[in-house]
Amino acid sequence: MTTTGHPGHQTQTGNQSVPDATGHFGIYGGSFAPEALTAALDELTEQYLAAQADPEFQAELARLLRDYAGRPTLITEVPRFAAEAGGGRVFLKREDLAHTGSHKINNVLGQALLTRRMGKTRVIAETGAGQHGVATATACALFGLDCVVYMGEEDTRRQALNVSRMRMLGAEVVPVRSGSQTLKDAMNEAFRDWVASVDNTHYCIGSVGGPHPFPMMVRDFQRIIGVEAREQLLAQVGRLPDAVVACVGGGSNAIGIFHAFVPDTGVQLIGCEAGGEGPEPGRNAATLSSGSAGVLHGMRTFLLQDDEGQTLPTHSISAGLDYPGVGPEHVWLRETGRASYRAITDAQALDGFSVLCRTEGIIPALESSHALAGALQLGRELGPDGLLLVNLSGRGDKDVATVSERLGLL
Amino acid sequence: MTTPATPATPATPGTPAAPLSPVAQAFEKAASEQRAAVVGYLPAGFPSVDGAITAAVAMAESGVDVLEIGLPYSDPLIDGPVIQEAVHAALTNGTHVGDVLRTVEAATAAGVPTLVMTYWNPIDHYGVAAFARDLAAAGGAGLITPDLPPEEAGPWIEASDRYGLDRVFLVAPSSTRERIQTVTAVCRGFVYAASLMGITGTRATVSDQAAGLVSKVRDYTRLPVAVGLGVRDGAQAAQVAGFADGVIVGTAFVQRLLNAPSPDEGIAAVRALAADLAAGARAGSQAAHASPAAPSPAASPAAAANPAAAAGS
Ligand SMILES: Cc1ncc(COP(=O)(O)O)c(C=O)c1O
Repeated sequence: MTTTGHPGHQTQTGNQSVPDATGHFGIYGGSFAPEALTAALDELTEQYLAAQADPEFQAELARLLRDYAGRPTLITEVPRFAAEAGGGRVFLKREDLAHTGSHKINNVLGQALLTRRMGKTRVIAETGAGQHGVATATACALFGLDCVVYMGEEDTRRQALNVSRMRMLGAEVVPVRSGSQTLKDAMNEAFRDWVASVDNTHYCIGSVGGPHPFPMMVRDFQRIIGVEAREQLLAQVGRLPDAVVACVGGGSNAIGIFHAFVPDTGVQLIGCEAGGEGPEPGRNAATLSSGSAGVLHGMRTFLLQDDEGQTLPTHSISAGLDYPGVGPEHVWLRETGRASYRAITDAQALDGFSVLCRTEGIIPALESSHALAGALQLGRELGPDGLLLVNLSGRGDKDVATVSERLGLL
Repeated sequence: MTTPATPATPATPGTPAAPLSPVAQAFEKAASEQRAAVVGYLPAGFPSVDGAITAAVAMAESGVDVLEIGLPYSDPLIDGPVIQEAVHAALTNGTHVGDVLRTVEAATAAGVPTLVMTYWNPIDHYGVAAFARDLAAAGGAGLITPDLPPEEAGPWIEASDRYGLDRVFLVAPSSTRERIQTVTAVCRGFVYAASLMGITGTRATVSDQAAGLVSKVRDYTRLPVAVGLGVRDGAQAAQVAGFADGVIVGTAFVQRLLNAPSPDEGIAAVRALAADLAAGARAGSQAAHASPAAPSPAASPAAAANPAAAAGS
């Protein structure tokens, strides 16, 4: 630990550890928040670091993760899927089996405990696929907190199931009509709310983006995915995987499963971004593959932007990946050569979706299907000796309508 | 992070021998005339590039002392619906950075120092030093940067020094004394005090947090302090002029242009608002000088207009 001395779980490659005390992963991250939020962000950092060092907080979070969220989640070997993926061995980390149906609950339970610790009574969130919104609404029901979820209007249509779930759980869902009506605009609207409500409200960001301390804190709450999977795989197979594969929207499930493997330099870390309909500007959400450095939503990171720094429209079949930025730690992991990222098109993701359904009887989320498509590619590259660990970040119920329409199943 | 910083003896403004910037001179001139300065905001490119230039010149001619030209941005995180709508229209019309610089040039030529109000990414993308150079070449006075904290502003501080540009950072009601000290230490031109916790947009009353914030800021700097967010008319300007050196008005101007049935009527409404604000800024300031102890001068038209003090947001 060279830089900070804070007790967060730092990422190290070589002798650098990240983030530094002000949230920088190399030159990325930091805090580009309006001044009105600075005091709240400082307080959050302080409270989070105190909570990290507080055995009672850690014990309560561990209890919730075990008794409420259902952790540890399984790892499942999928031999019939693996046969389509080069004939090696493939294991899925089953975040789809966590309560509420995705990895998002890991982060939300941590932030809900922090909300209570800070004495705040209201939680706001942005959501794309609705999984983070459902997880937030769930935790707020459990803790008796008021909950408002901002969701792009286009996403409220394509993820209607999750809108109903949030409302059943007592949350207010606010459809956002500005801009592209997707995740980015929902996040803008959540920030606008927070600037005015920060006294009693916590903004529960759903991925490893936003101003410091969010990228570090959300990573720390999600790293349990990789910690468990690494142990489970060593116990069941007796060796580390050749590669760990995850989809990348903001990047929380990917950081979550990557993080424990970062020191294992023999393990490739592969992120799968939304390649949409192809590399043309506006037709994808493959930020690391097609973007450039910039500042959005309080962080320096990679962005899809035009030649004057205006955010480009994005497209992905999956609402949860349809975002023009990415968590700053991913940019850093790529620049240090520790992780690599590839773009998976809508069509390839649908193929990954179908293969898993038909070979293994598991219906994955469209987001996770990007990781499955990446695994199909990577397995073929590694061949029959390969051992792959894939993060199945969520289940596919919410995507039934979209997939039925695309594949003509109705 | 919670330890209150010791209030410094008021800092020497800028470097001892530095000549006053055009913005600082505008504040000084207003102060010498016993009135608060009026700072008016408009986004470039709305309703069109030329339409915005006409409106900016009209503001300059009708009582606005300092202009802020907004650089239209796709993700205006701390703007309310009115400015969002105008900025969206400006971008849809195809407004580019070059148009912003042209607007700055025209506004400056009308005799009023002109700052660019901008989210950070377009400047970052243009290149901080290159933008500073081109802004200075267009006659611009500096930047107001609502999402750039001093900690991340190193390259901008360097570039603004090199090109002699003002740099206006914001303080908010939630700012700790320590933060106020950090922020005011890097400001030049004036300090932007956000009157309330919230996004841009007019409010029915002047926030009761504004006066306290201004007085805290004065513990750390001799720079002029201007209050923005929420101010909608001359009555509120008069209230603000009772405790601040400047009144910043944006949404109310944009709203005039949005509501106007024709471009000419929009310009007339902008002129009328500028004159109303200027009159309020004079009356409020003079009333405060006449009875320096009175926090809310009874002579101000605002006192009758809006007795309730709570901030609506
Ligand atoms: C199942 C699932 N996976 C992945 C994501 C993408 O988010 P992240 O990249 O932060 O994991 C989402 C977001 O909505 C999701 O619902």
